[in-house]
Amino acid sequence: MSDLAWIFISALLVNNFTLYYFLGLCPFFGVSSKVSVAVRLGLATIFVMIITSLAATFLTTFVLPHAPYLKLISFIIVIASTVQFVEMVIKKLSPTLFRAMGIFLPLITTNCAILFLALTQTSKEYTLVQGLVFALGAGGGFTIALALMAGLREEGELSKVPNIVKGTALNMIIAGLLSLAFMGFAGLFSA
Amino acid sequence: MKEVELTCSATAKEPSALRLVLTLGIAGLISGFILVFVYQYTAPIIAANKAKALREAVFKVVPNSAYLQELHYKDGELVRVADESGGEKVQPGEILYGAYGPDSGFMGYAIVGSGNGFQDTIRLLYGYDPVQRAVLGMHILDSKETPGLGDKIYKDADFVSQFSPVLVDPSVELVKGGRKADNQIDAITGATISSDAVVKIINNAHQKWDDKTKGAPPKFVPPPPPKEKEKDGNE
Amino acid sequence: MSATKSYSEEFLKGIWKENPVFIQVLGMCPMLAVTNTAVNAIAMGVATAFVLLGSSILVSLLRKVIAKPVRISTYIVIIATFVTVADYSIEAFSPALHRELGAFIALIVVNCLILGRQEAYSSKNTVGFAIVDASGMAIGFAFALFCLGATREILGFGTFFGSPIFGEHFEPWVIMALPPGGFLMLGFILLFFNWLEQRKKGAAV
Repeated sequence: MSDLAWIFISALLVNNFTLYYFLGLCPFFGVSSKVSVAVRLGLATIFVMIITSLAATFLTTFVLPHAPYLKLISFIIVIASTVQFVEMVIKKLSPTLFRAMGIFLPLITTNCAILFLALTQTSKEYTLVQGLVFALGAGGGFTIALALMAGLREEGELSKVPNIVKGTALNMIIAGLLSLAFMGFAGLFSA
Repeated sequence: MKEVELTCSATAKEPSALRLVLTLGIAGLISGFILVFVYQYTAPIIAANKAKALREAVFKVVPNSAYLQELHYKDGELVRVADESGGEKVQPGEILYGAYGPDSGFMGYAIVGSGNGFQDTIRLLYGYDPVQRAVLGMHILDSKETPGLGDKIYKDADFVSQFSPVLVDPSVELVKGGRKADNQIDAITGATISSDAVVKIINNAHQKWDDKTKGAPPKFVPPPPPKEKEKDGNE
Repeated sequence: MSATKSYSEEFLKGIWKENPVFIQVLGMCPMLAVTNTAVNAIAMGVATAFVLLGSSILVSLLRKVIAKPVRISTYIVIIATFVTVADYSIEAFSPALHRELGAFIALIVVNCLILGRQEAYSSKNTVGFAIVDASGMAIGFAFALFCLGATREILGFGTFFGSPIFGEHFEPWVIMALPPGGFLMLGFILLFFNWLEQRKKGAAV
């Protein structure tokens, strides 16, 4: 039990995928100008992560023992098709929801956080349940980072910033400070 | 340049399903060919590297040892994993290593333990002598502790050398300001949590293996076509 | 893409004018995660260069075979193949380096730089130009990684390629070797490029 709590907290805060491992930076800088959008993208990512985690457990149990060299290719194909599949299902079931987050779904394929999740889960030999908790924590952590970043950038819009700093340079420095703040979580739940 | 435009317009014309399958098929074929070739070539080297790293780590935490064999606990005693007749696969977490001297005499066990450190999971290997009831040495296999502070658990020779030996009864204990008893470890200044994690990991692993390692250790059996491999281990 | 394009021009653009990191801000995940020492940065740069060059050549060779609707999947399969090759080779020949870089070698697959070059360049150009473009981009990328890695190593550990460069009393600025240092350092470097850009504009006026 405490093991699951550790996996969750570790992925959510201490080893935050975005602020500690630099994963998913493309959406992190690209789609973080508004909080509402950021949260929706985060939720979609959590969803894809959970499905990927299930698929990765399935693959490592049944396919990879026979062909270890297919690991990377099979993972990336699974992720790409999961995203496509999720897109189709949402389109069919709830057109409203699809319109709300449809355009972000394809973006998730190129999110390195998802591939990293699948690889880490495999190398740490997580069980099905551990994998799911890990996916939930990692996705949650990504959402938190994205929402925080978006909030800060919304504020930043209103303040006077010298021209030279505007754009990616400023976002990078904000991310650095956020990452610094998240380092305070290290040692939480340790040993 | 002209040629480029031509190919673009040619492919833009609704390619048939056969064409699509063909494209992916060719890509898959090339990729499969390359992968199998590279895998065939590198897999033995990677396996040898891993075995070598393991041997080096085991021989480091059990001083003066020269041979090792994988053991696991089954039906009340430790048996060689190699004796497991087919089918049944031993979980990696249930394996410990028996380390033997150059004369094949038993020197101690090497046990893998893992637990939560300051930043992420720490995995370590420690040597254990069931007769002296002492840890013989400690080696960190994997950790992401803070550079300059937590990473002293493996970079600080003074800290690491405290583990060779340290007694496990009643338990390994973390203290500050110098060790006073044979079961104490002096914490690293500025990295108390990391030091504490190392001690706790050893205590937990010891609890798990204590009863199982009380019996007589299994004899060293050189593997059937042994000579070459053993020579490597002796280096 | 005019008829007058020369090899040297195509090569140089990747290194400076269209530098993948400093100008296009692509491929940031691997670039920040493993650049806390100069050695890691170079290793990552070389691995990425290998994958980029390999897939560019193959994509360019196959550019008439690949059907458009499935081109992205084909590129991904090709890229993933080369990444697996790089991953296995590094693990076989330098286990220590492999441990250091960890999962980030595998993550080269999702480096947008590589897929971007296939889509934008290799699929439309002859093998010769594809090689030149890929080498330029790869060198530009490796150069950027090296700048970041070297700066972070010097500040964070007080060493350069593992050998100390400051005196005994240098207290390493540890945070530079940690993740926040990566973000901050890249932020400052981008700031420097903005400044250069602005100065150039000012001079033009």
